[in-house]
Amino acid sequence: MTTEAPALPREHYLNVAYGWKSWLFTTDHKRIALLYLASVSLAFLAGGVFALLIRLELLTPAGDVVQAETYNRLFTMHGVVMVFFFMIPAIPAVLGNFLIPIMVGARDLAFPRINLLSWYLYVIGGLFAAYSILTGGLDTGWTFYTPYSTVYSNSNVVSAALGVFISGFSSILTGLNFIVTIHKMRAPGLTWFRLPLFVWAHYATSLIQVLGTPVIAATILLVALERVLHLGFFDPTRGGDPVLFQHLFWFYSHPAVYIMILPAMGVISELVAAFSRKRIFGYAFVAMSSLAIAALSFLVWGHHMFISGQSAYAGLVFSALSFLVAIPSAVKVFNWTATLYKGSISFQAPMLYVFAFIGLFTIGGLTGLFLASLGLDIHVTDTYFIVAHFHYVMVGGTTMAYLGGLHFWWPKITGRMYPEWWARLAALMVFVGFNLTFFPQFVVGYLGMPRRYYAYPPEFQVLNVLSSAGATILGAGYVLPMVYMVWSMRYGKIASANPWAAKGLEWETSSPPPTENFPRQPVVEEEAYHYAPDLVVGHGAPSPGAVSHG
Amino acid sequence: MQGFPFFPEQASSFAAQVDHLYIFLVALTAFFTLLIATLIGVFAFQYRRRSEDERPGHVVEPMALEVAWIAVPLAIVVVIFFWSAHLYISMNRVPRNAVDVYVVGKRWMWKVQHLTGQREINELHVPVGIPIRLNLTSEDVIHSFFIPAFRVKKDAVPGRYSVAWFLATKPGTYHLFCAEYCGTKHSGMIGSIVVMEPARFQAWLAGGAAGLSLAAGGQKLFNELACVTCHRPDSQGRGPLLDGLLGKVVKLANGEAVTANEEYIRESIVTPSAKIVAGYQPVMPTYQGLVSEEGLLQLIAYIRTLKGPAGGEAPPAAAAEGPRSPKDQARDVRTQ
Repeated sequence: MTTEAPALPREHYLNVAYGWKSWLFTTDHKRIALLYLASVSLAFLAGGVFALLIRLELLTPAGDVVQAETYNRLFTMHGVVMVFFFMIPAIPAVLGNFLIPIMVGARDLAFPRINLLSWYLYVIGGLFAAYSILTGGLDTGWTFYTPYSTVYSNSNVVSAALGVFISGFSSILTGLNFIVTIHKMRAPGLTWFRLPLFVWAHYATSLIQVLGTPVIAATILLVALERVLHLGFFDPTRGGDPVLFQHLFWFYSHPAVYIMILPAMGVISELVAAFSRKRIFGYAFVAMSSLAIAALSFLVWGHHMFISGQSAYAGLVFSALSFLVAIPSAVKVFNWTATLYKGSISFQAPMLYVFAFIGLFTIGGLTGLFLASLGLDIHVTDTYFIVAHFHYVMVGGTTMAYLGGLHFWWPKITGRMYPEWWARLAALMVFVGFNLTFFPQFVVGYLGMPRRYYAYPPEFQVLNVLSSAGATILGAGYVLPMVYMVWSMRYGKIASANPWAAKGLEWETSSPPPTENFPRQPVVEEEAYHYAPDLVVGHGAPSPGAVSHG
Repeated sequence: MQGFPFFPEQASSFAAQVDHLYIFLVALTAFFTLLIATLIGVFAFQYRRRSEDERPGHVVEPMALEVAWIAVPLAIVVVIFFWSAHLYISMNRVPRNAVDVYVVGKRWMWKVQHLTGQREINELHVPVGIPIRLNLTSEDVIHSFFIPAFRVKKDAVPGRYSVAWFLATKPGTYHLFCAEYCGTKHSGMIGSIVVMEPARFQAWLAGGAAGLSLAAGGQKLFNELACVTCHRPDSQGRGPLLDGLLGKVVKLANGEAVTANEEYIRESIVTPSAKIVAGYQPVMPTYQGLVSEEGLLQLIAYIRTLKGPAGGEAPPAAAAEGPRSPKDQARDVRTQ
């Protein structure tokens, strides 16, 4: 840590221009990242309010706080908003957008205007979703299962579907932009195996976004066509097949789970390295495991359909393939843990989120084995066990990593530090609240409580009360950062260019960076995470940069 | 139930087996979670940062370690796969002596028909110790028939017949839930499974107003809907004869061949134009909307009783209660 107080750079991307036009027409990836930050935060807030109302209703076995129709809309909108408007864009569109050009030493993404277009598409999609919510809501579940969604639902299916359809293009374009940027715009000397693992994770994610999202777009369009024009794709009375929808839906929506978790894994790799001052153990294995997960993600969709009438043989194949996902996931967890060995470990808030992530993702991942197990999945599918499992991965995993990453790069983004003690308190509250909310759901799920139940048998009440109590702590734990992060933008301590003494190109430019990211083209002469003075990577030969690190 | 339960009651032949796999996986999860947590805890304490400018050296990364944490999880998941697949296959293999029960899901109730004609709503009475085959379908959206105490769940999909089976082992009353979200009163689409000692079950069967058996009901519909005018020996070949149809291979006009199962018969009634039998004209009108899902099940039950020409027509009531034909039993071992 430097002894003299750091000062903000004279000119940086935030103060080069003022006024709403300088934001709404910007093509600076850093400003677009902030536009995304504002919009996904809004989505997270809305989705969170829906969640709290759900937990309020489930305090008592009887349906009493809201009407059944309202409850069904609440869990549907919670799912739609959180999945399509928070989880999928959160890390790639905010942190990825901000960091990937800087991490590869580029001035901007390959297509800056397309990047802005992605944000507008996201917003237009979001407006469709907001319109659906405000004019009566959606009650199909975020899964839009047919023929309920195409024939029976009396809610705003078409406008909500259009919202998902449009925001999907935002995701595709972001993925495309990342792929081209990572291929074509790496700084001199930045070879593929010198890339930060955050970039590798986003590369894998982008492949899924580009290859998978068009399928959900087509599927959702078929739903709208069947609903509006009564074409028979999924409705059996018109010769359609309702299970076909599930195949198409999960062909995207299972890979979408990895769109949500892979960038989070990228964040964790960066944070583990920075707060233990170590090169990530088994760098190449961690990088390749991202690609392995991306590849496997397209081959496991049938595990959502073990009881839906899919053939038993298909069930066996999908089960076997689903188990394989455990391998690259385990590779990551073990390598992160091994990175700590003989490190120099500090416990600032981002690292607390890392610890929370690894623990909760381990549980979330291992409970995935329960669901890949054919004979056991039959009992637990469609119960709260599933709800608990995917919240361990999505909230315990992705959201923890997102918060950890946001804290870690906050000084780079804003030029100011967040308040450390408040941040540690919030991390603790989120961890405790999260476990209290979702752990009881594993138990109540195995006991047989189905998901999406507005009223439930009284013997499930104790576990539901625990869950609701946890949700209030979790909610408070999420509000806290929203407050102190906003506060710190004005009053936070001014950050130096590299407050964590971390490695990576983003720490070699000022905080906040100038619009063009670097005053001159950076040249990379060392391996990623070159913390150790004696680090030698490659085929026994010392790397060219080993002499000029720092 | 005493204390704080972690398991639903074990009331079927599968329940204990599913729970054993579950307990194994819980133990596995606990082991690895604790292992990782302990390693993190020990490393974080042992290697905590002691000075701001600390620069730890590089450690060797033995390839053996990477191989180990690929190979060990792989070995573990292979074991779990075979264990769970074995369980799944036995869940799909319906015993030959299973008794059929027909279930139609409808927003928001479960309608049950027994072969002997008893009908129930949101209740299913079954005897202990006799395998029961559930034949599920839906009138509207997808539902799912879930009995936690039996560890059994199967989707009821409109336009399809899905099969699940169980063997109840313990008399009592158990929850029946709809597990696939189906709209406003999804959480009200619940009921009970009443498992009775065989003698009491027989008394229950005898006590209720049974009405016509399933097949006899089908025969009545067969006449009322005028199926009889085209599909009997005296109908001058307007429609194919239905004797011994189930399980038979049917040649279609387009040159393909299908094995006549329940779904084929259902489709032929609801959408006759979908598959035209070779040698016949597509003259049959659709019966969609004219016959309910329960009616379709009754018609199929009746068609099952129609034997080949030599055997003549078996009395439906006797057929329903007597042992089922080998052809029917052939359907037992099938994957659904």
